[in-house]
Amino acid sequence: MARRYDSQTTTFSPEGRLYQVEYAMEAINLAGSTIGILADDAVILAGEKKTTSKLLDQGKQHEKLFKIDDNMFCAVAGITSDANVLINKLRVSAARHAYTYGESMPVEQLTTSICDVKQGYTQFGGLRPFGVSFLIAGYDESHGFQLYHTDPSGNFSGWKAYAIGINNNTAQQIMRQDWKEGMKLQEALELTAKVLTKTMDTANPNAEKLEFGIVEKTESGKVRFRMLSDAEVNKLMADAAPKEGETEAEK
Amino acid sequence: PFWLKCAEGTPTQFAKSSLTRLLAVNLRASPHKMGTEAMFAVKGKDFVIIAADAMTAFSVMKLKDDYDKIWEVEGKLFAASGPSADASNFMEFIEKNINLHTLRTGLKLSTKASANYTRNELAQSLRKKGSYQTDLLIGGVDADGPKLYFMDYMGSSESVNKAAHGYGAMFTFGLMDRYWKPDMELEEAKDIIRKC
Repeated sequence: MARRYDSQTTTFSPEGRLYQVEYAMEAINLAGSTIGILADDAVILAGEKKTTSKLLDQGKQHEKLFKIDDNMFCAVAGITSDANVLINKLRVSAARHAYTYGESMPVEQLTTSICDVKQGYTQFGGLRPFGVSFLIAGYDESHGFQLYHTDPSGNFSGWKAYAIGINNNTAQQIMRQDWKEGMKLQEALELTAKVLTKTMDTANPNAEKLEFGIVEKTESGKVRFRMLSDAEVNKLMADAAPKEGETEAEK
Repeated sequence: PFWLKCAEGTPTQFAKSSLTRLLAVNLRASPHKMGTEAMFAVKGKDFVIIAADAMTAFSVMKLKDDYDKIWEVEGKLFAASGPSADASNFMEFIEKNINLHTLRTGLKLSTKASANYTRNELAQSLRKKGSYQTDLLIGGVDADGPKLYFMDYMGSSESVNKAAHGYGAMFTFGLMDRYWKPDMELEEAKDIIRKC
């Protein structure tokens, strides 16, 4: 019965569902593990890369994490080409705001603007929705460090910790238990690494398969986005793994 | 007929009357009616004080002597000088847009953001429909302290400690330079304004 109402994006089913939007969300559940964690003094996003091959000539091209402006960056899960279009829109929005107001765009405003774009594709035009979910992380003066999740329907919400992509349920379970109020950057990084060891599709997670990024305030009070170096990532994942081994031994 | 080149290099034909109108708009834009009205502003330690005269005239007749030229927009003060048509038209537009921003986002714009927004509107209008002959003084107090912006009708904007517009400005700049000092109390600042 569903088949009759699922081919047009802008049509409701008799039960009041938008099947195309739901199918788009399915596409994201197959994407690489992506985690976001809000700490007291930073926001962390980490993503598992799906395309890793010796023959890949990536250069500086990222797959999971993208800078939007000095105070914001995002992690992508879903169809990469769709994501590239939306990331461009995000960057233009942020730049336009900074041009008009002389200040960085507040994170929630940016999230709202991209969600309005996504929502448009579920209501008019007859085009399919974007098969992309974002985790948007950033800092602004009004609400401090923030983490938002957006989905293909154009809905968004703010989170203290969130996971999308493969094994996101497992990740959320661990985060529900271990996320604490008042965590600092290092603790939050360790928690991220711990979650990733459990959810990633691979036996030995290392920097080749991961992208780790943070937004933090420097000592001078300036906000800055930074990607962790390969060495830092490898150390984090290596430290997380033995703890994993210990709990296994205890069992 | 008069020929005008477009960006791609192909000529476009303008009728003479259209060109005259085009020139007329631009000419109207250039002579800046420097104000017979005066406004002064001074930044103190946790406040900004703005004073503006209250006269509005038509040719040689004084219409009102109690006309308030200082607009209050989301907690910021905008003093707008110049022909009252330009000043009120422009400020109503700015006021409503800033109010809309607060309604939409739930956040008040900072003084810096409000000033930047306003200067962008002035700069764009100048190159499209001709200028608003409005010089502005914008003041506000945010979490990081008081801010005063000097802005002119072309859209130049600077954060300053003391400012003035109009013919009166010529006489008072030296005065303000002499008496202003950082972190002033309200009474000291009022004293400077009184002298101005």
